[in-house]
Amino acid sequence: MSIKLFKYVTNFCIKSRVLMKYNLSTSNNEKLIKVTFNKANGEKVTAEGKKGDSLLDVIVNNNLDFDGFGACEGTLTCSTCHVILNQKNYDELPEKPSDEELDMLDLAYNLTDTSRLGCQIVLEEKLDGLEVNVPATVNDARNWPTFHISRHKTFYGFFPSCNIIVYTVFDIFYSS
Amino acid sequence: MRWRYLRHIVRKYSKDNNRFHVGIVGAGPAGFYCAQQLLKTIPGCQIDIYEKLPVPFGLVRYGVAPDHPEVKNVINTFSKTASNEHVRFIGNVTLGRHITLAQLKHSYHAVVLAYGAEEDRKLNINGECLTNVVSATKFIGWYNGQPQNKNIKVDLNAEHAVIIGQGNVALDVARILLTPVDILRKTDITEYSLEALAKSKVKKVTLVGRRGPLQVAFTIKEFREMLKLPAVSTNFYEGQMNTIENVIGDLPRPRKRLMQLMYDASQKLESRGDKSFDILFYRTPISLLGSDKIEGIELAINRLEGDKAVITNEKYTLKCDLAFRSIGYRSIQADPDIPFNRASSIVPQSTGIYSVGWLSSGPIGVIVSTMSNAFQTASLIGKDFEKGLLSDNPKPGYSYISKILKDKDRITIDWNGWTKIDRVEIERGMKRGKPREKIVNVDEMLKIGGT
Ligand SMILES: Cc1cc2nc3c(=O)[nH]c(=O)nc-3n(C[C@H](O)[C@H](O)[C@H](O)COP(=O)(O)OP(=O)(O)OC[C@H]3O[C@@H](n4cnc5c(N)ncnc54)[C@H](O)[C@@H]3O)c2cc1C
Repeated sequence: MSIKLFKYVTNFCIKSRVLMKYNLSTSNNEKLIKVTFNKANGEKVTAEGKKGDSLLDVIVNNNLDFDGFGACEGTLTCSTCHVILNQKNYDELPEKPSDEELDMLDLAYNLTDTSRLGCQIVLEEKLDGLEVNVPATVNDARNWPTFHISRHKTFYGFFPSCNIIVYTVFDIFYSS
Repeated sequence: MRWRYLRHIVRKYSKDNNRFHVGIVGAGPAGFYCAQQLLKTIPGCQIDIYEKLPVPFGLVRYGVAPDHPEVKNVINTFSKTASNEHVRFIGNVTLGRHITLAQLKHSYHAVVLAYGAEEDRKLNINGECLTNVVSATKFIGWYNGQPQNKNIKVDLNAEHAVIIGQGNVALDVARILLTPVDILRKTDITEYSLEALAKSKVKKVTLVGRRGPLQVAFTIKEFREMLKLPAVSTNFYEGQMNTIENVIGDLPRPRKRLMQLMYDASQKLESRGDKSFDILFYRTPISLLGSDKIEGIELAINRLEGDKAVITNEKYTLKCDLAFRSIGYRSIQADPDIPFNRASSIVPQSTGIYSVGWLSSGPIGVIVSTMSNAFQTASLIGKDFEKGLLSDNPKPGYSYISKILKDKDRITIDWNGWTKIDRVEIERGMKRGKPREKIVNVDEMLKIGGT
């Protein structure tokens, strides 16, 4: 049993050391900016990034394991890097969300008025210590309307009140 | 019970895991996302992904529009999963033709069906087999180089194209028809479709839906793209948009923003060019008219009762010389042993045989919804594994299936084979200033990447 476990733990340690080293080496002349991600399951993850990095970069560069985060790699074609800020931080961000960002946010689960896409939030020194909530995604069964009930009912039922997006469903009504 | 649980914990972290075999059918987003998550939930398990075509990625390669290259970035994540030492890709193998579910059950502790929803729904009205009545699915397969659709007949020497359906797929078709060819030239659209589109005479595209603006299925990003198309005016029919003005304010934000954008567009009267994109609501096609080639569509005028469209006696004809049906997809039962729900055309979960993606959820949602669905099923499999619900006996995995394929002289493609095809496609694309030129001939793919 333990060989695998042991290997996993050692690998993990090596990896994180390498990472720390990497971070240290890049931090020589640049101040690192700290961000805390509050995950839906209660876990808090703190990581650092450089000025000019987006929140998505921070997650990718630190190898943080956020399932499915950043599926489109920061090209504004998905909403997997959805984060929620507090009102103060939201208002202080220099860039307001563009129409294109809002369009993608409209497809995010648990959308709020202070939601942003992580790939569009760019770190700067005054954001040091920023805390964002990473909302529960559909992976969280409690927030996921079951798909296995009759399609008609599902989409009739949940559409207007829920942000789940529908690719072609309503078209299906033709054939029934 | 407790002992059993302990045994599985032990198994979870022991070398024995290497003997836990999972067979996935279908190498689209659902299959890859499920594999990615299974590697985490059952560390060390061996995953084999079977794919009907020689090449992977399903609708990301053959559905997603060529002018949406960013959407295809998910391929990088899929390739990372496929390169894992515990993941094997086996292309050019069809469940129900070259292998059966019974054989998969014999070889694997868990079988995951991820073969999508490939069939398109028909209108089932008169005239559907007239020339130039085209399935949107096939048209999309055609411009994306899907081998089985490379030869479909579509005559673009037509002025007015009508698309029946108001989802994102319908918008994809409309956008490809109305986008200047010089923009498409820089995408991975197939060369033969570029040639055909360059000669296209289509000036007007009408999107027809049974219900009203509040019920459209397309999303805001795709609609906004239509508004930005060079030299294309977006038009609504008189009187069809007025009614929504009063309700916009009460809608939840996503619908509100889409409705506002549509409403604002309907108030702009100036023409942006010689092409037009028209949206027509409250119409049900009754029959497709014409003697040999389509000449028009007989439409019934609908009234909304609640959220439902009800046909009235009023009818009229909308002239057109090209028509697409884009009213959704449906899954098929690929093998008679698959626990297939005929009423809803999906495969429900059962212990040992799971479904993911469009086969599980129905043909709805973007890649991200497919991802969530696949992650969820993967964690269900992990739970079943931990509870000891999946067989503990050793299973042969690919060694059994590979014998069957060998006996049938079936040429297969492994991941290395795909990377060879990928390289050739990228090279050919480079010569034309495109990201890739897809190979559309299965034999040619097999020659380059087959083993
Ligand atoms: C036209 C179109 C455009 C789209 N555009 C977008 C977009 O821009 N953005 C977005 O987010 N989403 C888009 N989507 C949605 C997205 O493509 C789907 O959410 C996703 O592909 C579903 O994944 P899947 O794995 O369930 O099915 P698929 O992608 O269909 O994958 C199924 C795979 O199984 C294989 N297969 C089928 N039968 C068998 C068999 N018997 N044996 C073995 N293998 C088999 C198929 O060849 C295929 O590779 C689009 C969908 C369509 C139809």
